Amino acid sequence: MKDRFLEAVKITGAERAIFENPEIAHLMAVSNRILSARTVDGLEFRADETEDGISAVVVLKRGVKLPHPVHICFGVLQRRGLQNIKMDVTLEPDSKASFIAHCVFPEAEKVRHIMDARITVMDGADMHYREVHFHGFKGGAYVNPRALVQIMPAGSYITEFTLTHGRVGELEIDYDVESDREAMVEMIVRVFGHGMDRIKVKERVCLKGAGARSLIKTRIALEDNAHAEVTGITEGHAPGARGHVDCMEIVKDRAEASAVPIVNVTHPEAKVTHEAAIGSVDRQQMETLMARGLTPEEAVEVIVEGILR
Amino acid sequence: MELLRLENIYFSIDSAEILRGIDLSISPSEVHALLGTNGTGKSTLAYLIMGCRNYKPTAGRIIFEGRDITDLPIHERARLGITLAWQEPARFEGITVKEYIRIAGKDSEPSEYLRMVGLHPELYLERMVDRSLSGGERKRIELASVLAMRPKLAILDEPDSGIDMLSTDDIIDVLRAFKTQGSSVLLITHREEIALCADRASQLCRGRIFITGTPEVVTEAYKSRACLVCDGITCEENLP
Ligand SMILES: Nc1ncnc2c1ncn2[C@@H]1O[C@H](COP(=O)(O)OP(=O)(O)OP(=O)(O)O)[C@@H](O)[C@H]1O
Ligand SMILES: [Mg+2]
Repeated sequence: MKDRFLEAVKITGAERAIFENPEIAHLMAVSNRILSARTVDGLEFRADETEDGISAVVVLKRGVKLPHPVHICFGVLQRRGLQNIKMDVTLEPDSKASFIAHCVFPEAEKVRHIMDARITVMDGADMHYREVHFHGFKGGAYVNPRALVQIMPAGSYITEFTLTHGRVGELEIDYDVESDREAMVEMIVRVFGHGMDRIKVKERVCLKGAGARSLIKTRIALEDNAHAEVTGITEGHAPGARGHVDCMEIVKDRAEASAVPIVNVTHPEAKVTHEAAIGSVDRQQMETLMARGLTPEEAVEVIVEGILR
Repeated sequence: MELLRLENIYFSIDSAEILRGIDLSISPSEVHALLGTNGTGKSTLAYLIMGCRNYKPTAGRIIFEGRDITDLPIHERARLGITLAWQEPARFEGITVKEYIRIAGKDSEPSEYLRMVGLHPELYLERMVDRSLSGGERKRIELASVLAMRPKLAILDEPDSGIDMLSTDDIIDVLRAFKTQGSSVLLITHREEIALCADRASQLCRGRIFITGTPEVVTEAYKSRACLVCDGITCEENLP
């Protein structure tokens, strides 16, 4: 099973050598079974198998700065199945780490994956969380990543979610971030929907502390009959709080996209801006590439690949 | 044989006639400057030659190497060797300068073309062709891309606008590079010192070619503003 899983996560960029390297922490779990786990100095890692998934508690100790990213692999290899993940991650003050989550459901016909994460980035800590998904080609995955994130003063949190190969199935992202004084948040989502894929993204940032900053960036491309709905909520409640929402959705064929930016500012010295561009590929971009000899189809591919990168 | 010949081109948007009977020809390896005040139809003419959407002549023909290309789509014209550098080039997310230049010239060495347009390759190859580039940088990268394509005809729509005055020499070097590689250039410009580097020049006035001749004669005509008082029909009478 481990071999099959290692093969499957390759598509998300996870090479076998990562899991053999004693200096790189990792957790690998298929359905509700932990296949392998390793921790490194300064990183407390406890993972348990539950009835229908995994429950993990991760603590990065004060001041520890991990030189290598921590790799977390989740997946269901069968056509049908359920994986319920509970994750509790804390970065203690002034620590720093990056995490790469690889989530694969290569055969999904009726697979549910639910991730409930609680993340605390303490004072001055710095967390980069990258999540790369692959849901196979049958469109039978339902994936629901939820995260409640708290960023304490001067903390920094960057999260990137990428699902650009194969089908999506049904995706429902729900992130909620509260950030304190001088904290920095960046949330980036990149998804390419095909067939009957359904995509829902809801991201909320609440800038509670003075000087807190945030960027919500969404890049979605849709073709066939795919559908996407993006809600970006930014609240600015403190002096010097700065938020920006930047949403771009490119639609082809009969696909449909919508974006709902919600801005709520309650302090006169806070400022939140948003921009949303939804529609077909920009005409001048198309014509520029065609003027270099690309066919219209090739031009669309280059543009879409670029925005999803 | 001439490379490009425009035969009596007319073009309207809604009911406004923007081009009114343009005749113009460009020979192989010729740099042809096109002058004209704001709003006279220079960019419109560029889009028409390139074949942009909604820019089909209402009358007249575009002949390239003896072939009527009036009905060809952009990419087919590009494959025949025509390309355009827009007055305001588009920005692209997620595409590096290196990749962008390679789209135009598959086997090209992007560094070489960056140097030709006065940019240090180390500083630019991995940059994105997105909004992070300044206006002048973006325009230079567009020129590098057009050079890398080694077109038979490059239409450059105000390559000098937004590029600092001190760098006029850079533009002149770029024109030389086009000539060396055997490309013809239709050079839209407002700057006399750049127009003077052309082999020939034309002045466009209210949708018509007012005068074609040596760059010296045409820039004189342009500066004398002879055409500003004309009604666009009796232009010739106002020649200096
Ligand atoms: N879509 C449009 N609808 C109406 N008028 C248009 C449209 N596009 C261009 N025009 C008009 O056509 C005329 C020619 O425009 P064009 O952009 O070709 O001018 P130009 O010579 O390139 O000017 P500039 O030196 O300012 O770049 C202008 O008067 C412009 O307002
Ligand atoms: Mg113009």
